Amino acid sequence: MSDFIRANLPYLLAGISVGGQYALIAIGYTMVYGILRLINFAHGDIFTVAAFVMVYMNATMPLYISLPLTAAVTVALGFAVERVAYKPLRTAPRMSIMISAIGVSYLLQNLMWYITGGLAKQYPTIPWISSSVTIYTATTKMVTLVTPVLTLLLVILLVQLINHTKIGMAMRAVSKDFETSKLMGIRINQVISVTFIIGSFLAAVGSMLYFSNYTAVTPVSGAMPGLKAFVAAVFGGIGSIPGAVIGAFIIGICENIIKALGLTTFSDAFTFALLIIILIFKPSGLFGEAIYEKV
Amino acid sequence: MMKKWIALAMALMLVLPLIALGEQIKGEITIGIYEPASGPNGAGGKQETLGIYYANFVAPTVQLSDGVYKINLVEVDNQSSNDKAPSAAQTLVSAGASIVLGSYGSGVSIAASGIFDDAGLVAIGLSCTNPQVTIGNPLYYRICYLDPFQGTVLANFAKDEFAAKKAYTLAQLGNDYDVGLAYYFTEAFKGLGGDVTGETFPLGTSDFTAYLTSAVNAGAEVIFSPTSTEFASQIITQAAANGVKVPILAGDTWDSSVILDAAKGTDLSVSVSTFFDEGDTSSAAAEFVTGFKAWLNANPDKLANNGGNDIVAAVSALGYDGYMVALEALKKADSADREDIAEIMADVTYTGVTGAIVFGENGDAMRDQAFIKKTNNADGSWIFVKVQSIAK
Repeated sequence: MSDFIRANLPYLLAGISVGGQYALIAIGYTMVYGILRLINFAHGDIFTVAAFVMVYMNATMPLYISLPLTAAVTVALGFAVERVAYKPLRTAPRMSIMISAIGVSYLLQNLMWYITGGLAKQYPTIPWISSSVTIYTATTKMVTLVTPVLTLLLVILLVQLINHTKIGMAMRAVSKDFETSKLMGIRINQVISVTFIIGSFLAAVGSMLYFSNYTAVTPVSGAMPGLKAFVAAVFGGIGSIPGAVIGAFIIGICENIIKALGLTTFSDAFTFALLIIILIFKPSGLFGEAIYEKV
Repeated sequence: MMKKWIALAMALMLVLPLIALGEQIKGEITIGIYEPASGPNGAGGKQETLGIYYANFVAPTVQLSDGVYKINLVEVDNQSSNDKAPSAAQTLVSAGASIVLGSYGSGVSIAASGIFDDAGLVAIGLSCTNPQVTIGNPLYYRICYLDPFQGTVLANFAKDEFAAKKAYTLAQLGNDYDVGLAYYFTEAFKGLGGDVTGETFPLGTSDFTAYLTSAVNAGAEVIFSPTSTEFASQIITQAAANGVKVPILAGDTWDSSVILDAAKGTDLSVSVSTFFDEGDTSSAAAEFVTGFKAWLNANPDKLANNGGNDIVAAVSALGYDGYMVALEALKKADSADREDIAEIMADVTYTGVTGAIVFGENGDAMRDQAFIKKTNNADGSWIFVKVQSIAK
């Protein structure tokens, strides 16, 4: 038994940690979808930009400045992307804004190629969370343990914000009915900006946790986690925050169990097969709102 | 008034060199650079390209019997992607290249070989080590050693240095270089009486803890992971974080400053086989190292392409030698015509900074030794271990 745990504990730890990081990205996807019905493809790239900003900032300033500043720059970027690429298309067909999102994603990615030269950069070491810790027999980084706790904490805060504040109420109203809430005097643009700010902030936090664990930053290192977080958001029911978090943990853990079984080749295939199965059998996801036609 | 003088001076500066050189330069000869500047191999491709540009800086012209020709370098980005490679190769064919250098990464070289062959264009592989690059492609030459050789060298090294009986190989799924090298290593290691467990990971993987755990659970005494550098630094840092103390071995791709950065400050043993050692004290190599470093440090953007430091990657040395071999070929053919070059290419010889280059069977350079280096984790540099050859 103890041999069994010794052999398998690292897989489980990795799964929980990866799940937490997917969750922080997935929340960004799901919130924007809930309000704008837009899949913000640039989200994964904002996550990567946050990592590069951190790398460059940390080269010139101490950690206690570079950490909050990175979060601030990321939030500003998320806000700017919304204002520049999505707001002018508010009345355009949904497909146009989706294509604009894909455009932003490629623009950010190629800008990163251009600026960084493409060689992997080492993410700075954040004290304490980068230190090694031994649990039972498995050695891992502190961040592995911090991630799920921090993720749950942030989600609880976020849910409180949505359920118990004025801006939260406005967000709920906008996600229910865009036009009517406009008629009720809600400042749509303000609500949408706040949504992007929260999503980008979580992406920045997610990026700090993720790259503390997986320290090589390249312009495409956010692509795969971004894609998987998107699957997690769909799996949990896109638009639902608890759904995105649970979906992310399930995907993170399952992926690592599959690797533990020796089927490493299929671990990604599993994630995307799951997406297809969910879309076929329960398109609204685990916790998604039921789709009803308005008459 | 002042402005006018400046304008005049600038105009003269533009025109004067033309007048001065007008009589000597007979024309231009185009050499194509077929390298990745983006994708997983973008970083390595850029370092190889730097070597070529440095060679061009050292020798910008070639003397043929009817005069001096300026070498014009045309660069395409094959994006490290086998499906984008053919169109990139076609661009070079259309650009009128007389000879092509590249690529970093065997898969893209294999994908382009048909295009070059159809155009009758000689290509010189610089660091693509998979045998399939030159087999069946009479116009594809290569100046580095091959994977069957490299895999065997590393298997011998694992046995000699670590007395390993059990190895674990980790390769990227669908990458010709990774999978090929892991295969040759496995064959050789089994041949030496060892046992091997092998796994592959898909493109885009960043979490390697599961693979490393599998390696430990399998009882591996050495991990062989001939992956691209992007994955390499993940593997190294995660091995360090998870307390995996198994020595890690890899092939020529890991000879990069990225690996040094990742291994710095850890207690891991990381060894690589490579084409060239910066500490080589032979005069040609030392001269190249000094010159290349000075050239890099004088150009901030080139320094950035090298990863922000002036550590000389082996692929840069191969890029340099490849360019010089191309010049030798032009001189020997005494022509920039593709057909003339193809005719004499097999007989071209050159002694470069990476050693003597003589083409043998299939157009592969005959190489019989590899340099083994390991990381110095205290100051982030390479330590030369030994010149490894194959146990006979």
